[in-house]
Amino acid sequence: MAKVTAHTPRISRREGAPSRPAARGGTFAAALPLNSSPAPASPAPQRRVQTLDKLAILADAAKYDASCASSGSSRRDSVGGRGIGSTEGMGICHAYAPDGRCISLLKILLTNFCIYECHYCINRNSSNVRRARFTVEEVVALTLNFYRRNYIEGLFLSSGVIRSPDYTMEQLVAVARQLREEHDFRGYIHLKTIPDADGELLAAAGRYADRLSINVELPTVQALSALAPEKDATTIRRTMGRIRSRVEENREARREARQAGRPARRPPRFAPAGQSTQMIIGADATNDATILASSAQLYASYGLRRVYYSAFSPIPDAHAALPLQRAPLAREHRLYQSDWLIRFYGFEHAELTTPDSGMLPLDIDPKLAWALRNRERFPVDLNRASRELLLRVPGLGTKTVARILRLRRQQAVRLADLEAMRAPVRKALPFIVCADHRPALGELDAENLRARLAPPPRQHSLAL
Amino acid sequence: MQGSLFSAAAPAGRPWPAGPNFADWVAAADVALAAGHAPESLDWQPAKGAWREQRRGDGAGLPPGFARYAAAAHAHVGAEVRPRLYRLLWRLRHGEPGLLDLAADPDVAMLRRWERAVRREAHKTKAFVRFREAAPEVGGEARPRYVAWFEPEHRVLPTLAGFFRRRYATLAWSILTPELAMHYEGEGAVWFGPGASAADAPRGDAFEEAWRVYYRNIFNPARLKIAAMCAEMPRKYWKNLPEAAEIPGLIRAAEARTQAMLDAPAATPALHCGPRPESPGGALQREAAALRPGSLPRLAREAARCQACPLAGPATQTVFGEGPAQARIVLVGEQPGDAEDLAGRPFVGPAGQLLEGLLAEVGLAREALYLTNAVKHFRYRPQGKRRLHQNPERAHIEACRPWLENELAAIAPTVIVALGATACEALLGRRVALADSAGQRYRYGAATLLLAPHPAALLRAPAGQATALRARLCDSLALAARLAGPEATPPTTDQRPERRAD
Repeated sequence: MAKVTAHTPRISRREGAPSRPAARGGTFAAALPLNSSPAPASPAPQRRVQTLDKLAILADAAKYDASCASSGSSRRDSVGGRGIGSTEGMGICHAYAPDGRCISLLKILLTNFCIYECHYCINRNSSNVRRARFTVEEVVALTLNFYRRNYIEGLFLSSGVIRSPDYTMEQLVAVARQLREEHDFRGYIHLKTIPDADGELLAAAGRYADRLSINVELPTVQALSALAPEKDATTIRRTMGRIRSRVEENREARREARQAGRPARRPPRFAPAGQSTQMIIGADATNDATILASSAQLYASYGLRRVYYSAFSPIPDAHAALPLQRAPLAREHRLYQSDWLIRFYGFEHAELTTPDSGMLPLDIDPKLAWALRNRERFPVDLNRASRELLLRVPGLGTKTVARILRLRRQQAVRLADLEAMRAPVRKALPFIVCADHRPALGELDAENLRARLAPPPRQHSLAL
Repeated sequence: MQGSLFSAAAPAGRPWPAGPNFADWVAAADVALAAGHAPESLDWQPAKGAWREQRRGDGAGLPPGFARYAAAAHAHVGAEVRPRLYRLLWRLRHGEPGLLDLAADPDVAMLRRWERAVRREAHKTKAFVRFREAAPEVGGEARPRYVAWFEPEHRVLPTLAGFFRRRYATLAWSILTPELAMHYEGEGAVWFGPGASAADAPRGDAFEEAWRVYYRNIFNPARLKIAAMCAEMPRKYWKNLPEAAEIPGLIRAAEARTQAMLDAPAATPALHCGPRPESPGGALQREAAALRPGSLPRLAREAARCQACPLAGPATQTVFGEGPAQARIVLVGEQPGDAEDLAGRPFVGPAGQLLEGLLAEVGLAREALYLTNAVKHFRYRPQGKRRLHQNPERAHIEACRPWLENELAAIAPTVIVALGATACEALLGRRVALADSAGQRYRYGAATLLLAPHPAALLRAPAGQATALRARLCDSLALAARLAGPEATPPTTDQRPERRAD
């Protein structure tokens, strides 16, 4: 077997294919000049940090942002362009860390210097964490070099607040601008928006980025002002409102241009993957009912694509005001499931939590919990029930329900069909009637139904 | 080696040849179908010929719904794929058009299983291919080539040619697999060559260390979820992922790292990044304190922090009144709506635009009036991606009344127009039917109070009633203009509280 160079049709190129300027890869050292760290935002003496060190510090500083999504943007690719990159709708997770989280984007901070003192944050002003700051060029080079090697879908850039919101936002926008304009980069860009940054900067951010996000940080206004004294719920929401307004104005302008028959003069899309936000769970005493109500308000008010929930986890050098206990990861998972049920299954947020505590059960999923609390609504007949009702059956997802609806136009639905659809039949059985099944008399009312359906407690694996 | 790609296990029948590509199978199946060859009469031959990029339109002639599944399933390494796909096509064309919905049918179940396996493998290939830069040879290639070694379970490369070509349109790259290699020169078409071995790819890459540094540091040791990682990044891929070498060490150290964080003493409050900025609440308070008590700019800043009722929680911001302090006419609406909540200004949504038109009709300029609402936060019910307006309750009106009273005290207008029942309740303390108040003048302190329908009611009312409501609103506005006298529309400077331009 010859080396790879033998596969390349050198002849065809010699015979007249025009040569293009080479896409320079370069070595790491050449692309990222060492010891180039600019003066820190703080007068505090700080040892100059080498480039790989900076990457370590500024990735470590970014990991508490849960989002790594690269999906839902407009379709585009690098054909006919000067650079590289594409987004084709579906996001791609290029790796998974042992924390189970997807790594889709190069998720880093431009700097972890920060003048704010948010108690829950590893980068807060008083934290003893090591500090570093990338130059715009360093981030651009890292992004392109990682992208060329197929490590990432693009960049998720955030930053500590240095000097002022506007100055910080300007730096973030400069990275996106350079990627888009100088390198014609067509991959995914997610920019963290600094609340209350100038309108022009917001406009530029939306022009270059696929997604913008501002973290509401905590589920309630009270918790925010207690734990993040320099942040302000009104400012955060007003900025989300401005993003929503811009998205809507842009959509309207594009529609008008299309109707006027001038597709060439259509303005480019503003933040085509919309905006998202994140809240920390378990750093304050807010219950799940309040959290879900808060999410429902955020989705309705600002057209958010996603609300991310991040279970509070210990950070190095934690602030004294923080709880000592980490929030259970299962709680975060149940909140995501509930969020999904609200957005795609027709559940109201108030239905999902238990009435007394306002919490979601941790041992069973919220849909099963709802069904067990509302047993009088079951069993549901798979061959007659409406789509809305089928979506409420434990174990039946949106795809399975769609397939049931198509199947029953041709023939009666049987258990074997559910099995072929790979639905979790055991979980659904007590709640359904179909051609060859009906729950046993009294099964639905049985005391032990919950215990029978709850998954066995699993030993959390701490080793490979 | 390509001769053995598809080995037909079918019993001896009519030999049926086709090239290796999905398009080749579609063409061969078309001919067989047209000739009426039943599935069991065909003996699909091992595929021979050159590979090329599989395109979305390759299955264009197939029944709708089937093409997408067949295009993926075709890349499955299973020996029975081609005869089985033909049997499905035959059944779809011979009286079973709804076949694909019959989940439990063995052919359909098999098709779905193959399709799922290939789609997943294709997706994982997009994700886990890792290119290494091959330095340009001296006197040879002008540019570096990005080369990956990958071992997919199914023949997914031709289905992914378009994806990688579109993504890396200006790079030269190669993806090598044991069975097949795919190449692109930074222009032109993707082409395929014979399979290769790991030794044919570059041994390392200058950026792999940076990638591993990133992987180590983006991992949060306090939330170990090994099963979740292995479900999405199965171990069979690890040998070709440079970052996978980090996994065992990260897992081993995770528990101790987390415990160390929990055990660490609370931090000292010394600042490391310079002075902290003023909190936004503090800044507002300081600004307000510098203004004259009871003046509109001060009231606006004080109201911005109001938490007197639960409406402050879900709303974006307080929407305070707007207009000159010397206005002779004050219009009081119900509460801000969706648009006002976002903009932070009253009467800027559809109802506000309608109102502005009516004001112009009766010769009033919006800038000369003071516009406000009885309740200063938007009350709504979230529904999906929309907010549904909800009328404020008495408690909300009461909580907000001090702001309204203070606004009116600061302005001392000649005429107040209450727009709608909520404003009426806030100003009169009771509800008055609109029909009963036609032509009536009420008192509010020294000012004359008129009752009129809210412009939003005009937008919601059926056509017949809307005309009457509109006339009533115009009459009230015209009357207000007369009562306020010529001073009602002086050319004033705009004294609305500062808003930043967006």
